Amino acid sequence: MHEQQWPLWEVFIRSKQGLDHKHAGSLHAADAAMAIENARDVYTRRMEGVSIWVVESKYIHASNPDEAASLYDPANDKVYRHPTFYDLPDELKHM
Amino acid sequence: MGYPAHIEYALHLADNALILGHRNSEWTGHGPILEQDIALSNIALDLIGQARYLYQYAARMIGSDVTEDTLAYGRDAWDFRNGLLVEQGNGDWGKTVMRQFLFSSWQYFFYGRLLHSRDRELAAIAEKSVKEVTYHLRWSSEWVIRLGDGTKESHARMERALDQLWKFTGELFAPAVYERELAVEGVAVDLHSIRSLWEEKVAEVLGEAQLTAGAVDTWMQTGGKEGRHTEHLGYLLAEMQFLQRTYPGCEW
Repeated sequence: MHEQQWPLWEVFIRSKQGLDHKHAGSLHAADAAMAIENARDVYTRRMEGVSIWVVESKYIHASNPDEAASLYDPANDKVYRHPTFYDLPDELKHM
Repeated sequence: MGYPAHIEYALHLADNALILGHRNSEWTGHGPILEQDIALSNIALDLIGQARYLYQYAARMIGSDVTEDTLAYGRDAWDFRNGLLVEQGNGDWGKTVMRQFLFSSWQYFFYGRLLHSRDRELAAIAEKSVKEVTYHLRWSSEWVIRLGDGTKESHARMERALDQLWKFTGELFAPAVYERELAVEGVAVDLHSIRSLWEEKVAEVLGEAQLTAGAVDTWMQTGGKEGRHTEHLGYLLAEMQFLQRTYPGCEW
């Protein structure tokens, strides 16, 4: 439709103070300022956010799904990496 | 004319918000890009939300079986009290954002003053609305600058939009009888008090956009606040009111 598409941006939203920014989705915008405004309009319409990060999608470097087996499977049988051998007091929640 | 000044004033403010909200909603599904389609639809919803509070207030003052819906859908063009600027057609995207900018910059300073109205209901509506309008002003300013200071084509379109709309800005500061009456009582905003603020803001943004504002003392078209509208309002109402006119009281 457009001869020159606006670049794609990834949007990260912090929903509450103290929480991390989480990936919310992506959108098109001509520059960073417009990307933040677009993110506000597209992703925070229902009070989802208190802070917005945007980064141009081309700067995201991702792991290769084809390498998933070699990257992640070896962690499967290393139970000693999980702190599951401690007796926790009942008062402790969310562990 | 028919209602006391206080009701006329509430209707004037409500009509401003509803008509511009409706104009903006005409873009829904037709925006130049999905993100901006949503942005303008959000602004449309903000404005229609403001209109609802004001119509509900007016309806309570009028009494009997008048509701926000009968005010929005049951009055004819000559009953509407909105300024002429907001009823102008959308034109291209440039004209739409220019109209929004000229109006939002006015509404921003206007609500800033209405906050201090002696009418606590109007003050409360202003307090809620000014946050929304702050964003409308920011959004539309960005677009005016982006397109005005953009390509040769976008610059020419913005100049044309400004040229077409400028003659309707004088009315924003020309008080109707009901505004004068209520300004004395401390209910309505004294429009004179926000004029220089508006001129300064508009000059700043248009300057950054490389656009030239028209002269403030040039001839200005007025009449909307007293119900004398341009041809455009009738067509807008015909579409907006069709369903309620054809099936009165219809709900879904």
